[in-house]
Amino acid sequence: MRYESPTTTKAAVALLSGEKGQAYVLAGGTDLLVRLRMDTIEPDLMVDIKRIPAMSEVTKTASGFKIGAAVSGAALEKNKALVKAWPGVVEAANLIGSDQIQGRCTMVGNLCNASPAADSVPALIAAGAKAVIVGKKKRTVPVEKFITGPGQTCLEKGEIVESITLPAPAKKSGDAYLRFIPRTEMDIAVVGVGISLTLKRGVIDSARVSLGAVAPTPLLVKAAAKAIIGTKLDDAALDALAMACTAACNPIDDKRGTIEYRERVAGVLAKRTAKIAYERAGGK
Amino acid sequence: MAGVHVTTTINNDPVEYVCPADESLLDVLRDNLGLTGVKEGCGTGDCGACSVTLDGQLVCACLVLGAEAEGRTITTVEGMADGEKLHPLQEQFINNAALQCGICTPGFLIAAKALLDENLSPTETEIRYALAGNLCRCTGYDKIVKAVQAAAKDLRKQNKKKK
Ligand SMILES: Cc1cc2nc3c(=O)[nH]c(=O)nc-3n(C[C@H](O)[C@H](O)[C@H](O)COP(=O)(O)OP(=O)(O)OC[C@H]3O[C@@H](n4cnc5c(N)ncnc54)[C@H](O)[C@@H]3O)c2cc1C
Ligand code: FES
Ligand code: FES
Repeated sequence: MRYESPTTTKAAVALLSGEKGQAYVLAGGTDLLVRLRMDTIEPDLMVDIKRIPAMSEVTKTASGFKIGAAVSGAALEKNKALVKAWPGVVEAANLIGSDQIQGRCTMVGNLCNASPAADSVPALIAAGAKAVIVGKKKRTVPVEKFITGPGQTCLEKGEIVESITLPAPAKKSGDAYLRFIPRTEMDIAVVGVGISLTLKRGVIDSARVSLGAVAPTPLLVKAAAKAIIGTKLDDAALDALAMACTAACNPIDDKRGTIEYRERVAGVLAKRTAKIAYERAGGK
Repeated sequence: MAGVHVTTTINNDPVEYVCPADESLLDVLRDNLGLTGVKEGCGTGDCGACSVTLDGQLVCACLVLGAEAEGRTITTVEGMADGEKLHPLQEQFINNAALQCGICTPGFLIAAKALLDENLSPTETEIRYALAGNLCRCTGYDKIVKAVQAAAKDLRKQNKKKK
């Protein structure tokens, strides 16, 4: 295996597309180096992106935020403006692993690893985040379209995600992410729910609801958003939200939870998540 | 396999080594450099026995490539004591009997130091979350948490004296 640590995105793309064998981007390595260690991959080349300055920072842009692909979970938490604008996204990213893992893991790595249970992904989908991809050309893909199956993404050979963009939050808006795990720390989500919503005169004017770990890919559940739009998140709206989330599930049965259990938990957790987002938006 | 030549700083000393590109920093530290205070429990990021700091950031050495250390600064448990004088965390782990077999101890010490470097008055909950990435199979976590609390107190006292 060769190891390269280019300092520009262009050089990284050239290295990846020039490699005939198996080439991988190395961000935090908290998925990739586990796979290397377990011998499930045999890379010919690893391209470390952590020495690319443009990928290592969070910038405020005219339209919102640009989060570089190499920004760690620990660094996200330190960005006050981002925490204020998108607390749910940052909380979701900070749920990944221990402090040791936080020092390295990235949201883009979480996205590209494409686990159905990836914690930051439902929060990103709810927030309307987009992945900026660089290869032969530059293209932008909404996060809900990025993952195409368990462990599979829309990336083509030689392509690399340069950053994630988040819109500037609307006035009177809030977001939240909750996951359910059998322990209190260091576990894989049985269900994850990300919700963002905007209020107009106290009524929910727009919303996005995303579910993780209940289907082969994280889902954007439009019916769940519809269930709360036009309401003040009263009990009837919350019940409708829970029902829509339960109905959207297509989960697996495993030791962490049966199908029925996951479906039920998705509904309950969606209610709790919506309440937090509503409160953050200033709703009463 | 061509080796990667790395120049780095470990426990304040300049160090050079050559390692295969796919070798972990954990293996480099233990096998090439003899820093066997860095332990291997799982090799997959779950146990924290291999905790070190990389440019001040707490990480698992098993999930870092040796090649990544170029130009960076690494601290291992070997760099914690000041000559013969143990760090307050090391002293309090002994006083509070916060270890039995000891394989987890270097990782706990490094993780606890990373916490106290940021926050000298952590609550018990904060300590437990900060150490959630470190597993101990013998001692039980209560004694470890007590040792960290005692060391935090010692460090607060030391800081007061300095002022
Ligand atoms: C102990 C432990 C606990 C964990 N806990 C959680 C958890 O609670 N929740 C959770 O969701 N995950 C968890 N994970 C999984 C992992 O930490 C996350 O998925 C993390 O976000 C991966 O990010 P990374 O930067 O380390 O990715 P890497 O390992 O560097 O990369 C992951 C994959 O994405 C590709 N990739 C990375 N960056 C790019 C890019 N810019 N462009 C194209 N491809 C790219 C890589 O080639 C690789 O295939 C845990 C892992 C460990 C070891
Ligand atoms: S050996 Fe690195 S975390 Fe267990
Ligand atoms: S003292 Fe044996 S594992 Fe902790």
